[in-house]
Amino acid sequence: MIVERTYKEINERIKAGKAVVLTAEEVIGKVKEKGIIQTAKEVDVVTTGTFGPMCSSGLFLNFGHTKPRMRMSKVWLNEIPAYAGIAAVDAFLGATELSEQDPCNTNYPGEFRYGGGHVIEDLVARKTVKLRATSYGTDCYPRREYEKDITLDSINEAILFNPRNCYQNYSCAINTTEKTIHTYMGTLKPHIGNASYSTSGQLSPLLKDPYFKTIGVGTRIFLGGGTGYVVWNGTQHFPGFLKDKESGKLTGAGGTLAVLGDLKQMNARWLRGVSMRGYGASLAVGIGLPIPILNEEVLEYAAKSDEELYAPIVDYGDAYPNLRSEDLGCASYAQLKKGSIKVKGKDVPATPMSSYPRAVEIAGTLKKWIQKGDFLLGEPTQLLPGPGENDC
Amino acid sequence: MAPKKIVLRFAADTSDKPIIYHLAKEYDLMVNILKASINPHKEGTMVMELTGSRYEEGIEFLRQQGITVHPLTQEVVRNEDRCTHCGACTAHCPTNALYIERPSMEVKFNGDECIVCLMCVDVCPVHAMEVKI
Repeated sequence: MIVERTYKEINERIKAGKAVVLTAEEVIGKVKEKGIIQTAKEVDVVTTGTFGPMCSSGLFLNFGHTKPRMRMSKVWLNEIPAYAGIAAVDAFLGATELSEQDPCNTNYPGEFRYGGGHVIEDLVARKTVKLRATSYGTDCYPRREYEKDITLDSINEAILFNPRNCYQNYSCAINTTEKTIHTYMGTLKPHIGNASYSTSGQLSPLLKDPYFKTIGVGTRIFLGGGTGYVVWNGTQHFPGFLKDKESGKLTGAGGTLAVLGDLKQMNARWLRGVSMRGYGASLAVGIGLPIPILNEEVLEYAAKSDEELYAPIVDYGDAYPNLRSEDLGCASYAQLKKGSIKVKGKDVPATPMSSYPRAVEIAGTLKKWIQKGDFLLGEPTQLLPGPGENDC
Repeated sequence: MAPKKIVLRFAADTSDKPIIYHLAKEYDLMVNILKASINPHKEGTMVMELTGSRYEEGIEFLRQQGITVHPLTQEVVRNEDRCTHCGACTAHCPTNALYIERPSMEVKFNGDECIVCLMCVDVCPVHAMEVKI
């Protein structure tokens, strides 16, 4: 490598207020102007961002002990059940959990107005949330029922722990059937009437480090408006590549992150309960990763633009629900962002599910934190599994 | 002459009358149907724009047919604090009142183009689109 720098060197420059930081959007122009080598010499860190619905999110809670003590067997927060089989006053609230009274899809398509993700948003917005718990009672934990209004500040801990977030890439969803369908990718009109995608493209964290050369256990990140960490690979972490047949270009495909952070320092702007009509509830999460420019190779991937990154087109009317593979080709993020793609020879309007303006804001915020010296890079103690040799 | 937006409500016994024909032929009004949910022998609603100098006479004709006529007062507004500018609504807005501005990818809302079809209210994942009465 012509350019080489270490995490330690970058952090020294951050502490001295001298680090050069660009967002993943800004660095594209810089590389076009000055080339990879020169840009790699000048830039220490590239910041990324994404903000969209991310299922497989949730919250570990410890409520503190009641008087008399209680071994909570069942727990509800604003009538949304949380899993209490952890310890006496610990629980885990999942983002997609619904109230037992929710009509779900009995009046199809259901609205799913309030679920676990909405409770998380209410907690982080410092709203009062009703805790209800039941138990069978024991000698050391005699209490059997409990009800209390709690807030984020009145409980011991609230740790956001999302087992699978920040999908490297995601399908561009269409519907080839004759009926409108309601999916977690939004409402899809019949006869390929629209296409829905959900990635921030050139700002998307894992698309900008497809070989996982810098991301690992201990990477410090922007999470929900506060600081968080990559703690493991996400579930269903299948790093690999997707090849666009027309251009022959490769795009990262299926990597994911498990992330963790203290909810008490997060912000409701970046954790938003979502309702997907006909599907269910979830949580929109804001995540940003810093990519340290350790060498020119890391920069080469970090500087990929929407024109060079692709989403696979998937039929949510048939192939997806039936777990059948079907090659409908790819669409570049540049095409998707223009708002129209070609599928089976037809021009199809394309709209996003994840917010590009918010992704820009996250990458910009992370850049400012680093420039101010508030945010040092976490050097991974172990990198996440990258693509295998056969994947490239 | 600016078009006026009105909401018509049909009772079950008035829903099969050919009112558009009369509005155009006898009152010389330009009719632009924005939304219609009409089934024979059932209650129905229609949202339309009417343009023409004999507007008041046309409205009187509608009322004589037993049709309830209201100006379009219901309004869809965007809760700016809740909107995350994801863009999911823009695929479903029939008049492009909701649209994505490029290259910023911000979602814009032009209330003048809104026909209160309420599709956005249904599809917005964060309930940012609200009905104001």
